[in-house]
Order: sequence, then structure tokens, then C-alpha cells
Amino acid sequence: MVLFVLRRLIQSLFVLLAVSIVVFFAVYAVGDPIELLVSPEATPEARAAMIARLGLDLPVWQQYLGFLSRALHGDLGTSFVHGVPAIQLIVQRIPATFELVVVAIALTCLAGIPLGLLAGLHRDRLLGRGILSGSVLGFSVPNFWLGMMLILTFSVWLGWLPASGRGEPVKVMGVGLTLFTAEGWSHLIMPAINLALANIALVLRMTASGVIEAQSQEYVKFARAKGLRPGRIVRRHILRNILIPVVTVIGMEFGSLIAYSTITETVFAWPGMGKLLIDSVYHLDRPVVVAYVMLATLIFVVVNLIVDILYAALDPRVQLVERAA
Amino acid sequence: MSLARIRAAVLALLALAVPSAGAQVLKIGLASEPTAMDPHYHQVTPNDSMTSHIFETLVGQDANLKLVPRLATSWRALDDTTWEFKLREGVKFSNGQPFTAQDVIFSLCRMVNNPQTISGSYATITRKLADVQAPDDHTLIIKTQSPDPLLPASLTRGGMLWNGIVEHGKIVFEQKGQCGVTGAWPTLEDFNTGKSAIGTGPYVLKSYVKGGGIDLARNDAYWGAKPEWAEVKLLPVPGAAPRLAGLLAGDFDLIESPAARDLPRIKSHPGLGYVVTPSTRVVFFQFDVGRDASPQVKAPDGKNPLQDLRVRRAISMAIDRKTIVARIMDGVASPAYQFLPDGMFGALPQPPEMKYDPQAAKQLLAEAGYPDGFDLTLSATNDRYMNDGQVAQAVAQYLSRIGIRTTVDAMTRSIYFPKRAKREFSFAMGGWSSETGEASSFLQYWVTSFAPDDGLGTSNYGRYSNPEFDRVLRQALVTVNDVERDKLQQQAVRLALADLPSIPLHFESTTWAFRKGLTYEGRPDQFTLATSVKSAR
Repeated sequence: MVLFVLRRLIQSLFVLLAVSIVVFFAVYAVGDPIELLVSPEATPEARAAMIARLGLDLPVWQQYLGFLSRALHGDLGTSFVHGVPAIQLIVQRIPATFELVVVAIALTCLAGIPLGLLAGLHRDRLLGRGILSGSVLGFSVPNFWLGMMLILTFSVWLGWLPASGRGEPVKVMGVGLTLFTAEGWSHLIMPAINLALANIALVLRMTASGVIEAQSQEYVKFARAKGLRPGRIVRRHILRNILIPVVTVIGMEFGSLIAYSTITETVFAWPGMGKLLIDSVYHLDRPVVVAYVMLATLIFVVVNLIVDILYAALDPRVQLVERAA
Repeated sequence: MSLARIRAAVLALLALAVPSAGAQVLKIGLASEPTAMDPHYHQVTPNDSMTSHIFETLVGQDANLKLVPRLATSWRALDDTTWEFKLREGVKFSNGQPFTAQDVIFSLCRMVNNPQTISGSYATITRKLADVQAPDDHTLIIKTQSPDPLLPASLTRGGMLWNGIVEHGKIVFEQKGQCGVTGAWPTLEDFNTGKSAIGTGPYVLKSYVKGGGIDLARNDAYWGAKPEWAEVKLLPVPGAAPRLAGLLAGDFDLIESPAARDLPRIKSHPGLGYVVTPSTRVVFFQFDVGRDASPQVKAPDGKNPLQDLRVRRAISMAIDRKTIVARIMDGVASPAYQFLPDGMFGALPQPPEMKYDPQAAKQLLAEAGYPDGFDLTLSATNDRYMNDGQVAQAVAQYLSRIGIRTTVDAMTRSIYFPKRAKREFSFAMGGWSSETGEASSFLQYWVTSFAPDDGLGTSNYGRYSNPEFDRVLRQALVTVNDVERDKLQQQAVRLALADLPSIPLHFESTTWAFRKGLTYEGRPDQFTLATSVKSAR
């Protein structure tokens, strides 16, 4: 187990290195941020000083090596636009995105798995067919549109919920969260639902198809033949077996929501990381974009590791040791 | 699902009442977020607009960009390079300390000693200064290195800081050196956290969370008219549709720049009001006239037709500015026949209209030797100016009608501006707002011959060069006498319009929408000021 985690961590380092190369050179290729930053009124000296300060006068490989050596010392660069460390800019936004995604994923599990079970167990009845065809909507409704519709209904029309922004954070162990106030929830619930809906549909369909498949398996037939209660068959035998792909997907979705919940954050003016990424790309704020993607990669790597460990807990057949070659 | 349909759905619900916000608290939805609370960091509209709530400048600008006393009550030129500023007495910083000439010298020193500033944004103010002396606490003698008629205008930027935010001995102005400061200069972070954000302005900074909003509280010790709102909350919402939804939902009392095509519906909504104010930002096209072969123009004779004045005039005549303003800009712009709106300093009071005349344009083209036109690529942004992509398409169609086969190459600004700086374009869209409120602002950067060492012609990517124009404009830049300078600038405008190195298209307008019961005094500099929001009584 320890060896497994270690090996994975070393692999992750190579992934991070590869990502850093790709992102750094990709962002470099997009364009020159100087033209966006420096006003035409600036003197040539001021302009040259600015270019030198940002290190843009060096050849790109030198810029990259400089970035790499600073990154190894824990400095991912300073935002061109905001003038503060890129990592600080990102970290400031993490709590907002994190709580949004946690609530969205919780909604996904709480709604997606039970509905999927229902749909799978009753797939020939109106209930199951209704749930399954309803879930198509969850996939096909665009996030942006759904967000606007939620705002229209609950903010503009009914006037129940605020349309944008985040509640006043309360410090919990040094982290500003809005999960503990009614005002915080009033801001949180719509973006969370908006973010969760596509995932609910996804998890629901995966659970349903897993249930349908498992029901025809020998071990389920055997359990039924043994006279086990249906509830126990579902909980002990079906659910445990089908949860592995579902957990994988939820893990991956968790990572991608943390890193790229851009649309929802934009529609609801949620001060999270996704909005920061878009703004930074627009401004060619290279350090922020690179630091961001690095951090997102790290999140994916960690989430995948956790998913692998969860596998082992869920499925006794999975063992966290490398097979001898 | 298209944005248009979303918008239609939003507006279908416009008839519903907009709940009014709690009294005394003003909530504003911003279109773009300021990048720092440091008034000397980056000279861009969102930053200057935001920090002017907290910090004040020596000279102010009223809603028509006319210079008005702010922290300085009066100023006059003693000779061509010496200015005397009288400072307002009885002004206190938000921490109760009195405002004196020492603070002004300190603030000017900070603009020089600010390593974090973006390309010396505020050095445009300080680099011309030779010396600053304070004979007494409320008098300032400023000497410039060369005659600088725009000194009072440039002092409308760069807020005044309290000198107590750093440790220092006697403060003296120096271009190189520490000015007598012994401690560390304040950093941008010190302003963002509020530690150094001590100004004389109508509001004080309560909290600033990047991306999450800015809270201001009324400065009860403010020397001027007491601001109406005890608290101001500003939230950046870059998307126009969510911003409008926020206004409709009552999250905001006022929003910046709603989309132009939403205006007719906002107008008919009983719970909303709006104001459209012409800005100084001119949208124009610059010709590549400096090269015999230009990269994006192909003529049968192999020459660069844009070097021919007749071709430039034909292109200008081929564009129906009024229709573009009415149809594409939905009236949120006004046709431009010069580079600064009529009536502003140095602008022509009544410039001749650039009439739409495709017949005459065709004839001019034929005279120039291009009866069958030529191939041209029009380069434009698609996310910088209002409806820029559509405007570019429209102009291309107008040009195609007179036989210039025009293709549009529209791109995002982060690609566009670097390419333009590398001179990869032949016919390129541009936009410029004149912060000084004088015609020379556009002319000195876009029309004057390329002379980066003098800070002139730095945006003259077409490399237009006209010695006579240069002479007049350079003279205007050092003429302190207002009447003469006005005359010289008008002469320069006329020369530029006769030769058309760039053709003006329109002046963008800025829009603010707000809930019923408020009024807003729109500003040409596009600032959104809480102090300009009033309850209608």
C-alpha cells in the first residue's frame, strides 16, 4: 500500500512536469501580454523595464527554466495583472469553489444514486422509464441556459434567492466558508444545483445501467434463489458491485468541477477559481494560467489516488500492490 | 440555445416589479473588476474609477471632463515651467490627520518609487517634474523639465496618500532616490488589505476580496458634500446577461454597461431607468501608409493603394456611419467626424460631416487607378470594443460595395494587440479614449511621426509621417497658453482630417441602468462613481 502510494506520487511528478511544459509553451504561443498591459503613453524605457521585470526579454526556454527553478522553490510566479503571487490569487478562491463543488457532489450522490437504483430496479415500469428519460434533460440542457432559468425563476420572478455573488463568509478554522449561514446557503443553492444537474443525470444513468446489468448476473440470481430479502440483495450485492465505476466518475467529476466550473461561476458571479482562469486567459496573465493548470493537475492526481484507495475499500478483488512483472 | 433567446426570456419577465434595496446601502454591478486598490498601480478605467472613491487627486474632472478644483483649490502657471497650486485647507484623511503639501510631495514620490506599477503608469505624471517645493503647508510650487500645459490635466490621475503610511525624515521630491523615506515603501498588498488605504475621499475601504466584491463605507469626516450612501457594495459581474438579471432581481441598484440591445426593453420596464452618455472613446481605422508593400492589401499594380489619399478618402466615404450607429450600435454611439467629441478642448467645434457617398467613392477609386478595386483584409478585435466584430463586418460590406474586396479578420484582443504592434495589419481597427480631455491625446500617439524617444507616435503603426503636422502638434504640446494651444490643436486636427492617416468611425457611449427611484450622472470617462448616484426626490 505504502509502496503503491509512493510509486503513484513519483509518477505524478512526471505528469506535473509534462503538464508544465505543455502549458507553459502553449500560453507562450498565444500572444504577448505586454501589448495588453502597457499603455501606448508609456515611454520606451518604462516599457523595456516592464518587459525585463516580467522576464519577457529572455528566450522562451530560459523563461521556462527560470519558472521551473522558482516553482521548485515554491514560487509559481507573480500575476502580471494583479501584481500578487499567482498561487495566492488562486488559493484565495479555493474555499468558494470548494464549498460549491462539495455541495454539488453531495447533491449528485444523494439524488443520482437512489434515483438510478429506482430506475434500474423498475426499468419496465413508468417510474423507471420516467426517471431515465427525464435524465436525458440533465445532459442536454446547457449549463448557461439552465443557470439563467434558475435566476429568472427564483430571483427575478419569485424573488426568493439572490441572483449573484456569495454570502458573507464565516471563518471556520481559518477558512472563510458560507456553509454555516442561511444567507450563505441562499447564494449557494442555485449554483450548486446548476453544477450538479448534469452530474446527477450521469450518475443516475450509470447506476441504473449497472443495476440492470447486475440483476442478470449469476450471483444475484443465486442470492435470490437462496431466499435473501430483496433489500439485502440490493444493498449487499448489487450496490457494492456497481459502485466502483460510479465512484470513479464522481471522483473525476469532483476534480473537473473544482478546476473548471467556469460557466456556472460566470453566470452566478461566484467568486471561485473558474472565473479566475477565464479572466487570466483573456488578459494573457501567464503565471496565473500556468499555476492554475498545475494546481488543477495536482487536484486530479490526488483525486485519482483517493479513488484508487476507495476501490480497494469497495472491492476486495482490488489490491493496491503492483503485480510482479 | 442562443444568447438571444436567453435574453428574450430574461426580458419576458421584465414587467415584474424590481424589489428595492435597503436604504443607505448602494449595490453596484461592475462590468470589469479593478485589479488593485493601490491608486498608483495601473492606469486603467476600472482602477482609477474605483480608487477615486477612496483617494482624491489634486485636480478633479466634472461630468464633462472640465478641470475643477479638488484637493487643490486653484492653480496657475507662474512661467512656462513653473506652476503654483493652492491646496484646500481643513481637509482631513480618513484617520483624522490633516492633509498638507507634505502628503502631495510624498504621493508624487511614491509614483516614482513604485516598483510594482505596470509600465510606470503614473510616471506619465511624474517624469516631467523637475522639482516640487512647499513654501507653506498649503502651497505647492511645481517646476517641470519642459513647458507642460497638460500638468493640471495629468494631475487628475494619481490619488493622494497620507505620508504617515511609511517612516520618513524630511520629504523632498527627487526623481532618483528615496525622497527622504527611511522605511519600506507601501506595496500593492498594503492597499488591498486596507492597511495603507488611507485617503481623503468620500469613502473608506471596508473590505476587498478579489473577484468577490468591494465594500466601501462612508467617510464621515469627508470635507465635501456628504455622500448619500452609508455603504457601497460593488460586485464584478462581467457577463452582461447575469448582470442585468442581478438588477432585475434586486441584487443591484445600478449596473454598468447593460448590452445595447437590451436597452429598448429596459426603457419600457416600469421599474428601471437608464442613462446613455457619450464617451471620449473613438473607434477608428488606421491605414498602413508607411510601407510600399503592406502585408494585407493586394492591388493589381502591386503597389500599396492605401498610400494614396484618394483611396483613403474613398474608403471613408464608402462607410455609412449613421447606419452603423443606428443599426449595429443601437444608438449607443454617435458618428465621429474627428477624433475627440465636438466641443472638447482642441477639437473642432463643428467638423465637416463625412458623408456616405458610394458613387463619389467609386469615382475617387477610379481616379486613383483602381476602377476594379483591390483586395484588403480588415483586422479587428471581437471582444474589446462594443460590437466590434459586427462593426468590422459592416464596414467590410460597405467597402465591398465600392469594389474593394474586403475580408474581415476579427480576433480576440490578446492576439490582436500584439499582432498590431508587430505591424502585421494594413487596415486595423483601434479605439482610444482621451483621458486628458484634449485633442492632442489621440494625435500625439496615433498620428505624430513615430518617435518613441520623445514618447510620440508610439501607436502610429501605420508609420504615417507629415512634417507639417508634427511641427504644429509638437508646438501645441508645449504651449501653456490655453487659447493658443486650443488653436494649434484645432489646426493639427484639420491637418489630420485632410490627410486621413486614420478614419474616425464613431464615439462609443456608456450606459448605466438602475432601479427606479435613482438617478445617475453619466460621465464621458466611463467612471462609475457612487457619489454620482442619487435618490430621485
